[in-house]
Amino acid sequence: MADLSYDFVGIKTPNPFWLASAPPTDKEINVVRAFEAGWGGVVWKTLGEDPPVVNVSSRYGAINYNGQRMAGLNNIELITDRPLDVNLEEITRVKKNWSDRAIVVSLMVPCEEEPWMRILERVAETGADGVELNFGCPHGMSERGMGSAVGQVPEYVEMVAAWCKKHTDMSVIVKLTPNITDIRQSARAAVRGGADAVSLINTINSIVNIDLDVMAPTPTVDGKGAHGGYCGPAVKPIALNMVAEIARDPECNNIPISGIGGISDWRDAAEFMSLGCGTVQVCTAAMHHGFKIVDDMKTGLSNWMDSKGYKTIDDFRGLASQNVTDWNQLNINYETKALIDQDKCIKCGICHIACEDTSHQAITASRVNGERHYEVVDQECVGCNLCALACPVDDCITMVETDNGKPYMNWNQDPRNPHRSAAE
Amino acid sequence: MGGIADIAAGRLSAEELSENFQDMYPALDERQAHIEASRCYFCYDAPCMEACPTGIDIPNFIRKIQTGNYRGSALDILTENIMGGACARVCPTEILCEEVCVRTTQENKPVTIGKLQRFSTDWLMETGEQPFERAPSSGRRVAVVGAGPAGLSAAHRLSMLGHEVVVFEAREKAGGLNEYGIAAYKVPNNFAQREVDFILSLGGISIEYGKALGRDISLKELNTEYDAVFFGGGLGTVRSLGLEGEGMDGVYNAVDYIAQLRQSETKTDLSIGRRVVVIGGGNTAIDMAVQAKRLGAEDVTLVYRRGPEDMSATHHEQEYAQTNGVTIKHHAKPVALRSSDGVVTGVEFEYTQTNTSGKLEGTGETFVVAANMVFKAIGQVFVTDPVTASALSLDIQEGRIAVDDNRQTSVPGIYAGGDCVLGGEDLTVAAVQDGKLAAHAIDQYLRG
Repeated sequence: MADLSYDFVGIKTPNPFWLASAPPTDKEINVVRAFEAGWGGVVWKTLGEDPPVVNVSSRYGAINYNGQRMAGLNNIELITDRPLDVNLEEITRVKKNWSDRAIVVSLMVPCEEEPWMRILERVAETGADGVELNFGCPHGMSERGMGSAVGQVPEYVEMVAAWCKKHTDMSVIVKLTPNITDIRQSARAAVRGGADAVSLINTINSIVNIDLDVMAPTPTVDGKGAHGGYCGPAVKPIALNMVAEIARDPECNNIPISGIGGISDWRDAAEFMSLGCGTVQVCTAAMHHGFKIVDDMKTGLSNWMDSKGYKTIDDFRGLASQNVTDWNQLNINYETKALIDQDKCIKCGICHIACEDTSHQAITASRVNGERHYEVVDQECVGCNLCALACPVDDCITMVETDNGKPYMNWNQDPRNPHRSAAE
Repeated sequence: MGGIADIAAGRLSAEELSENFQDMYPALDERQAHIEASRCYFCYDAPCMEACPTGIDIPNFIRKIQTGNYRGSALDILTENIMGGACARVCPTEILCEEVCVRTTQENKPVTIGKLQRFSTDWLMETGEQPFERAPSSGRRVAVVGAGPAGLSAAHRLSMLGHEVVVFEAREKAGGLNEYGIAAYKVPNNFAQREVDFILSLGGISIEYGKALGRDISLKELNTEYDAVFFGGGLGTVRSLGLEGEGMDGVYNAVDYIAQLRQSETKTDLSIGRRVVVIGGGNTAIDMAVQAKRLGAEDVTLVYRRGPEDMSATHHEQEYAQTNGVTIKHHAKPVALRSSDGVVTGVEFEYTQTNTSGKLEGTGETFVVAANMVFKAIGQVFVTDPVTASALSLDIQEGRIAVDDNRQTSVPGIYAGGDCVLGGEDLTVAAVQDGKLAAHAIDQYLRG
């Protein structure tokens, strides 16, 4: 059976599934319930300076999709609204009682060295395994010069990371905000500051819905709404790309990554790990279904690893990142064509209308002996996948590689490219 | 063998009867409708649309349920089929739209199009809105004979097109079979009349009740007094078994009994036998048998001369009867009525088989089913007399009125549709389509 334990920058965890810094990790009672359910670790909800912040009533909004609840979740909750002493006392007790689990403490204080030094000393006394610097929250705290207001300025990221490394022996993880144009800039800054790891993504600036009756965003607080942080299954593709960008960036120097962003099951987790993540953090799925989901995550990952012959997480970690490349390295001579399995076709015509209306007019619609018939026109098919994606029947439309006998050639080598590299 | 005393009303309590004649299937609530609507693939060239006799754009109306555009959804339906509410309840969707749904092909579980159609049309009818408007008056008047689905459909569309419509109805209420002929649990809560009110709320349509063609009015008069005529009469008489003693006590026409049942508010006044035999294989036979059971009959046996696949009642309907406790016997034809003192006591049947030339023949082997009541439901026949009077006569073929694709009869200006025309499918939805097509043809004719 696969070994799910992991040593993430010196933090030992029995499995790679952590709860992200968020409401599920705000209190001892929640964290203990999570550990009882089998979670490998938690990142305790962000601590700040006293007096604690005050939260508003009405905090979450969600995107439902075709009857599925919470495809995307948005929140306007701030960091912990409980006194620092209460949180530290609980962290100390939980770590003592659950010494085999990983406890990382999320922190957010003003962008000055002194407050960071003070809070790091206090956290160190709890026995916690590490700290995660919250440079990501896009709402509320950023208006006070913290959260994403820091994470959006690489110089600040580097500076605060360096302060933290100077003032503590605990592992330092920098949590990155996705609310920037190039995630590598802030990741490189974390590397320069000496951070042990990065975690990403934090939530994305968002307004999830407008309530058309009150004409205000949701969640609505007394008739008004503010942008919040978006998370849940809908953000996973954005997170995967940002993780991949860091994983394959030489300047990021293979910095360890804890993956976050819409992870709901073992498959999501395996995808993040295949791009290089050593641990993954979960929030929305737990907030939707409770802590029990970790059971599927652990057994699903273990069963899949067994089926592939991977004995440890490092056996497959990062295997996909080597196949993430720039567009200009893709093989221009590679060709696929759609193939419809007529025996599986249920005659919905979705492939035809998708191609006809919005793509390449490469699937004909006709009647053969009165029966609807949809057929690919190979000469017109560009191998875009749209039909195969839209088809509601599994494996009915497949993309088949055409053996055109042409060798690998990328865009930099392509004679049709007026700017191709001369050396090629 | 029991006598006439074994026929009694009130076999069940008023509460039980009320329960038994409630909605056959509960309506979808909003959440259920959204989940079901999300199963629709929004097909291109959707097979369901082609299978709908009225050509409703089904994927489009279902998508509008998904998005909460219920008014748009209802209008997609009602524009093509003004009785979309009734059809949502009575259409044999399992042999129409739902049979060809690609989800049937994929997983033998179609999108429940009928239930979704009911959701949208109920929503609109509950708003009390008449969503259609009348075109400016044409100054033309059209007579419609029969206020059933064909007649009402024609009347509504003709009025929308700007014509004045007068409907002549032999009965006391409009609605035709929706009011008098279909099982009560399919259209409960006075639905047929609510739908009639909805249709009439457009304006421009008046109904003269108690006016039967051939008795109170004639085709010749209508043809003279009105600019055009639409005939939407139903099938006037029931086929007989051709057995001795068919007129005796205890032997009834199912359609007459159902009409009486439909007009009973509480069903407590309806007498039903302890043992009931229904003869026939169509929807009327099924409706009669199930309703007899629900009135409290102990044993209800439906006997049909051929096999299950030959019954005009769908497989779904047959199954519904069986799960309601009706025994269905196939391959048997009635050969004699048993009686005692002029009261029926049973029916003797002979087993049948289909011979090599496809003809049904008796095997000579017989059995008797005891019965206090026998219902005949072996089909109805169009009575041609009112439309073949010497003064003005329409061409008849195979016992029904011959019409062209526009539903025009052999006499210009006189149109016909519904069960009375040749090629009709004996379906509410087909009658509505006939009325709609005829209305457009009449409009062309009047403006031509």
